Amino acid sequence: MARMKFICDSERCIECNGCVTACKAEHEVPWGVNRRRVVTLNDGVPGEKSISVACMHCSDAPCMAVCPVDCFYRTDEGVVLHDKDVCIGCGYCSYACPFGAPQFPTNGTFGLRGKMDKCTFCAGGPEANGSPAEYEKYGRNRLAEGKLPACAEMCSTKALIGGDGDVVADIFRTRVLTRGKGSEVWGWGTAYGKPAGATTSGTQQPKAAKS
Amino acid sequence: MKAAATLTILAAACLLAACGEKPQTAGTKKFDAKPWEGAPGSAYLAAGWKAGDQASWEAQLKARSQGQDEYSRAPAKP
Repeated sequence: MARMKFICDSERCIECNGCVTACKAEHEVPWGVNRRRVVTLNDGVPGEKSISVACMHCSDAPCMAVCPVDCFYRTDEGVVLHDKDVCIGCGYCSYACPFGAPQFPTNGTFGLRGKMDKCTFCAGGPEANGSPAEYEKYGRNRLAEGKLPACAEMCSTKALIGGDGDVVADIFRTRVLTRGKGSEVWGWGTAYGKPAGATTSGTQQPKAAKS
Repeated sequence: MKAAATLTILAAACLLAACGEKPQTAGTKKFDAKPWEGAPGSAYLAAGWKAGDQASWEAQLKARSQGQDEYSRAPAKP
């Protein structure tokens, strides 16, 4: 099995926040913590694009690299998880993560910062699979129940798909071919605009060589 | 005599000063069980696979992943 991955199709996402709600409900995530959220670019402008963002379970995760107490680990399925009993809530991972995935529960007047919380790809944590301790700290372990993450399975337009990276890539490739559009449909170019001088395929025009 | 006793107490205090210190070993992270081992006692196990059988778990997840592809679920007419 390849690594577990998410992909969000910005051509399909309708910003319904169903994935956010599914995640919150499945894991009883407390107020102030959003393991997943929908980001909209050019909101209100015709052609706006939305994508659902959470932990991307990076192959070379910067959060793992910076953690001073080494509380992160990666499973055989490529899911990046952490041990809340070791986490000291320092917030380094939050600064390192380019997706804003690490979240910290806050409460009280002075904003107590608790243990880090993030998307687990619905794989729970180091406690025994499906145990009450695991559920309390990390939420439901759907992978151990033979299911995929709740956000992806809940997505009504199937904009957000998750699972084995090879299968997910095949599904997305089929969509792109069926739409009749090229590979420029997905990527930074779609989400954030194409760089000046880029062609429709998203590549830079080579400058003419001087003779 | 009194001075000797005081000296003894002071020496003992110096020698035993560290004995009351609590160990400060850092917690070590635990390692996870494999997801294909299943969640014993869970009432929410999906049907179609056998806990402990890695191949059946992988087949189950692959089948569920394919369920996200509506082109294979409901192919258009040629």
